[in-house]
Amino acid sequence: MTAASKQPFGAASSLSQRVVKPMPTRRKSLTAMLALLPALVIFCAFWLLPFSRLIVMGAEADASSGISAYLTILTHRQYLISLATTVGLSFVVSLAAVAIAGVAGFFLARHRFFGKGVLVATLTFPLAFPGVVVGFLVIMLGGRQGALAQVSLWLFDERWMFAYSLAGLFIGYLYFSIPRVITTVMAACDNLDRSLEEAARSLGANSWQVTKDVIVPGIAPALLSTGAICFATSMGAFGTAFTLGTRLSILPLNIYGEFTNYANFAMAAALSVVLGVITWIALSFARKLAGTNVGAPV
Amino acid sequence: MKSRLRFMMQLGFTLLVCLFMVVPIAMSVMAGLTENYFIGLKSGLTLRWVHEVWQLYSDTIWLSIKLALACLLITILIGVPAAYGLLRSRRRWANAIEELLLLPVAVPGLATALALLLAYGSYREFRGSWLFILVGHVLFTLPFMVRAVLSVMQTAKLPQLEEAAASLGASFWQRFFAVVVPNCMSGILAGALMVVTLSIGEFNITWMLHTPLTKTLPVGLADSYASMRLEIGSAYTLIFLLMVVPLLVAIQWAGRLTEQRR
Repeated sequence: MTAASKQPFGAASSLSQRVVKPMPTRRKSLTAMLALLPALVIFCAFWLLPFSRLIVMGAEADASSGISAYLTILTHRQYLISLATTVGLSFVVSLAAVAIAGVAGFFLARHRFFGKGVLVATLTFPLAFPGVVVGFLVIMLGGRQGALAQVSLWLFDERWMFAYSLAGLFIGYLYFSIPRVITTVMAACDNLDRSLEEAARSLGANSWQVTKDVIVPGIAPALLSTGAICFATSMGAFGTAFTLGTRLSILPLNIYGEFTNYANFAMAAALSVVLGVITWIALSFARKLAGTNVGAPV
Repeated sequence: MKSRLRFMMQLGFTLLVCLFMVVPIAMSVMAGLTENYFIGLKSGLTLRWVHEVWQLYSDTIWLSIKLALACLLITILIGVPAAYGLLRSRRRWANAIEELLLLPVAVPGLATALALLLAYGSYREFRGSWLFILVGHVLFTLPFMVRAVLSVMQTAKLPQLEEAAASLGASFWQRFFAVVVPNCMSGILAGALMVVTLSIGEFNITWMLHTPLTKTLPVGLADSYASMRLEIGSAYTLIFLLMVVPLLVAIQWAGRLTEQRR
C-alpha cells in the first residue's frame, strides 16, 4: 500500500511529492543501515560468531567415540533414542495442547457469559512462567507430596506420583503450551468470517459439520502455526526437565550433562546445533503460516 | 435444548482446563503461607517462609531487577533505531535482518548460552560479572522490542508524517525524536513490558551463565526447589508471582491499547 493509494486525491499527493523533494534513496538506505548498526554489531559479536564457532566445534572429535560429534549422534543408539524421545514427546504434547486448548479457545471466542474475563485471564497468565516454575508446579501436582499423592494416600493408602517420569514432562510441557494455543486460537476465531458459518448452517449443516468443514479449515493455519511453536518450545524446554530432576534422556538434559558432567564440549556443541536447527525449522514454519507471532520460549 | 447442553459441556471442559492451570498455583501459594505443608492448613498460616526467603535470596531478586532494567535500557537504545532501520530498508533486506535477529529466540537458550560460554568464557573478569548474563538477556529480548516497535511504526504512517516534518525543515534528529519516537511510544511500552517480564523470568540462558556470585531470581528458584524444603520453594515462587503478575496484567493492557490504535 503506497502513500498515494490511500489518499482520496491521488493527484494532489503526487503534486506534493513533486514539490517536497523525497530523500534520495542512497541516503535513505544509509540512514537505515546506521540505525541498524548497533543491534547488528551486538548480534554478530555475541551470537553469530559464537554460534558459528559452536557449529564448527560440533564437527570435532567426540571425547568417547573419537569421531566427529555430529557423526556420533547419527551412529550411536543412545543419542538417536534421546533425539527420538525428545521429538516424539514434543510432538505428542503439541497435538494434545492444540486439541485441548483449541476446543477451549474456540468456546471462549464464541460465547459471552459472566466471568469469561476471569477464565481467559487464568488460561493465559501462565504464558510467561519460566520453565523452572512450571516444573515446580508439576511437582505440586504429581510429586512426592503432590496433590495426586495426597488423594491416593487418603483413598487407597498408596502414594501415586508421576512428576519424575515422562508423564511429568508431558504435563509440564502441556502446562506451558496451553496458554500459547489459547491466545492464538481466540485471535484466529475473532478473525474468522462468521457469515461462512451462518451460510453453512442455512444450507442445513449441523454443528459438527460446521466445525469440521468451516471452522477447523478456517483456523487451520493458526492451529498448525501454534502447534509448531509449542513443538519448538517443548524441544528446548530445559528449565522444566531440570527442575523435575528426571534421569530421562532428552536433548536439553543431554547437552547440559555432556557440558557440565563430562566436559565433552564437542558433543554438547553438536547436540545444541542439532536441537537449534530443529527448533529453528519449526518456528520458521510457524511464522510462514501465521506471519507475526514470535512466541516467547520458556 | 441441545445447544444448551453443548454449551454446558464446552463450559465444563473449559473450566477443567482452567482448574489444571490454577490448582497447582493455588497449592503452591498455600504451601508458601502454611506453617507446615505436610500437616496442612491446620498448622496455621504464616509469613515466616516468605521472610526466610527474603533473608536467603533477596540479593537474587535485586540482581534480577537490575538485570531487567539494564536489559530494558539497552534494548530501547539499540532496538528502537533497529526497528526504524528495518522500516526504512528494502523489504528483502529487512526480512533477512529480522530473521537473523530472531535467531537467539528461535534457538533454545541452552545453545545460545553454550556458544557464549565457549567463545567468551575464558575472559575471567567478564565471565564472572553480571554483564555476561546481561549479554544473554539482551540477545534474547531484543527481537521482542524490535517487533513491538516495528509493528506500531508500520501502522502509524510514519513515512508520511516524517515527510511532512521534513518539508517543514526538520532535521533528521528533530524528526527522529519529535515524530518517530512519540509516534511509536505504545510499541516501546509494549516491548518494554515484554522485555522486563522475559528478563526477570529467563532461566535457560542464565543457568548456564551464572556464577555463585551472580544468581538471578529463577536461578535461585531452581536452587531452592532442589535443596530447600517445599515451603521455602513455594514462598519464593509466591514472591516471583507477585513480581510477574502485575507485569503480565500490564502487557495485556498495553496489547489492548495498541490494538485499539489499529
